[in-house]
Amino acid sequence: MNSTETKQSVAPATAPQDERIQRVSFWKKALNRPELGALAGAVLVLAFFIAASSGTGMFTPAGIINFLEVAAQLGIIATAAALLMIGGEFDLSIGSMIGLAGILIAIPAVEYGWPLWAAILLAFACAGLVGWINGNLVNKTGLPSFIVTLGFLFILRGLAIGTSRLLTGRTQVGGVQDHIPGDWFAALFSGEVATGLFSWMAANGWMATNFAGNPTVTGIPVSIVWWLGLTAVATWVLLCTPYGNWIFASGGDANAARNSGVPVHRVKISLFMFTAFSATIFACIQVMDTGSADTIRGLLKELEAIIAVVIGGALLTGGYGSAIGAALGALIFGMVQMGIFYTGVNTDWFQVFLGVMLLVAVLFNNYMRKKAMEAK
Amino acid sequence: MTTRTPMIEMRSVSKHFGSVIAISDISMQVYSGEVMCLLGDNGAGKSTLIKTLSGVHQPTHGEMLLDGKPARFKSPAYALDAGIATVFQDLAMVPLMSITRNFFMGREPTVGWGPLKRIDWKYADRVAKEEMAKIGIDVRDPSQPVGTLSGGERQCVAIARAVYFGAKVLILDEPTSALGVKQASVVLRYIAKARADGLAVIFITHNVHHAYPVADAFTLLSRGGSLGSFRKEEVSREEVLNMMAGGAELESLDAELAEFQRDDKAKKANLAGQDTQPADGTSSTEQPSPRAASGY
Repeated sequence: MNSTETKQSVAPATAPQDERIQRVSFWKKALNRPELGALAGAVLVLAFFIAASSGTGMFTPAGIINFLEVAAQLGIIATAAALLMIGGEFDLSIGSMIGLAGILIAIPAVEYGWPLWAAILLAFACAGLVGWINGNLVNKTGLPSFIVTLGFLFILRGLAIGTSRLLTGRTQVGGVQDHIPGDWFAALFSGEVATGLFSWMAANGWMATNFAGNPTVTGIPVSIVWWLGLTAVATWVLLCTPYGNWIFASGGDANAARNSGVPVHRVKISLFMFTAFSATIFACIQVMDTGSADTIRGLLKELEAIIAVVIGGALLTGGYGSAIGAALGALIFGMVQMGIFYTGVNTDWFQVFLGVMLLVAVLFNNYMRKKAMEAK
Repeated sequence: MTTRTPMIEMRSVSKHFGSVIAISDISMQVYSGEVMCLLGDNGAGKSTLIKTLSGVHQPTHGEMLLDGKPARFKSPAYALDAGIATVFQDLAMVPLMSITRNFFMGREPTVGWGPLKRIDWKYADRVAKEEMAKIGIDVRDPSQPVGTLSGGERQCVAIARAVYFGAKVLILDEPTSALGVKQASVVLRYIAKARADGLAVIFITHNVHHAYPVADAFTLLSRGGSLGSFRKEEVSREEVLNMMAGGAELESLDAELAEFQRDDKAKKANLAGQDTQPADGTSSTEQPSPRAASGY
């Protein structure tokens, strides 16, 4: 009886207080979102290039598609790298996996007459195996994933070069484009979508056309669709599903997660497999786009992905980050890379900017995390 | 009392790690609605005992009975399913994750089906807030990170979580050891509440002052063996403390302390004797002498 009375008397007293706190906590929440820094950065970079590149065509539809495509390709692997980093691990073998997957698609299709869909499935199967081995090695040995996947960075690159040279005598395989038409599976990774919409807009005069009367932008490249789709799915998984909670828990404190009944090993293996799959998606799109595979494709992509993820607000130590942040990181990356080209600055400076951006992002993230822990 | 079935019972349980006998021949009964305090010095085997209870280790000899039925747990997950919840010292909490995310970690409530199956955040947030309110902690925002809570509050979240998920036996590993006086009392109050709710609580500690007020019975461990279980009525606080430290050791400690005290007294007497001689002004003239000695 007594307890119900105190409860009743407490309720009205806390109600007005709650309201005031609600308002504060809205800003707190906004500040505590990991992608805030990346959003601010993206807006800054956007504003800078809008001012700096006026009249260069960077912000014409064609220019926008250009830098979005650069961002999209990186964004595909950055999304997977973000989930893995939130899960507390790294994958340095992404770049080499891109090279290997390209070879695995091109050689069977071009040299052995496999249908393209079968070759792509082979690449995905091999990627799954690589991810599975990566994950199991990290789980079983307890070694840092940095070392394990550094090993695979070289193993996979060597395998790609070795296999290619052994089977074809070359390190480049061309002629894939002849196999694309009519292949339903390859169509998922090639071409553009919404082409009808763009020609319709051009026909109505809402879109610039070239001398032949075709729109300057014929459609949205499929890579951008993959990028947005993967980002949306990854965000949904992280924020709304039990599996997302397990990813945060595994990265935040694997031991605590295990004691609470989270299947940490399975989570990590699946995340490593997802990064390998994302590398394969990247490779598919690139091979379909260029019509060839090259063993050195994807060089340094693993580091670029990590940069995008860190700019996106993820902590290197795991347990904190977001897929939207990684997408924003990739967007910044794409804007800067193409923006430097459009504004006519020597592209050598791109890497300087990238490094500075990374350091600023890490410092900012560290500061924000401290703030988040203090917020009471 | 003897006619009741204990909620959990250990019958001459031993655990060996290779040639090391970590615990040997431990028997203990814990009843529902009672707090059993497991007392022992460092290295007495407390950790091994609770890890055996919670399924981390399997006993080498002996058996465990849960509600009268023999039980053997392959892993902590099995023990958890059987209703034995353990709150380890590290609390199994992720500081960067929100209270709600931590509360439901590994057991998220979901709505929807198939690929649209998702966490029911509304329900989860409400439950987390309510359960925390029940133990007297007003969580303003259940989405705030656990890292922003104090040590005692975190301990309470961990216990509240165990209780919420239907624990019948609650094992608490040193829940008060890292806490200040005020926070420890919050946790102790909550232990008393869990007991009132009918849980069998096993409370591991080496602080008799925390153990004595909430305990119904004590089991004392020393060097891997049990010194026996005692009802609270049978023993006084001092007796418990005495047994815990090992009576003989305490006596020898007393003797040693007495020795020190005698030494101290002698020294003081000596000093007093020296002091009295130069006390009338000579001491001030003595002060510069070390300076002179060091090179002036």
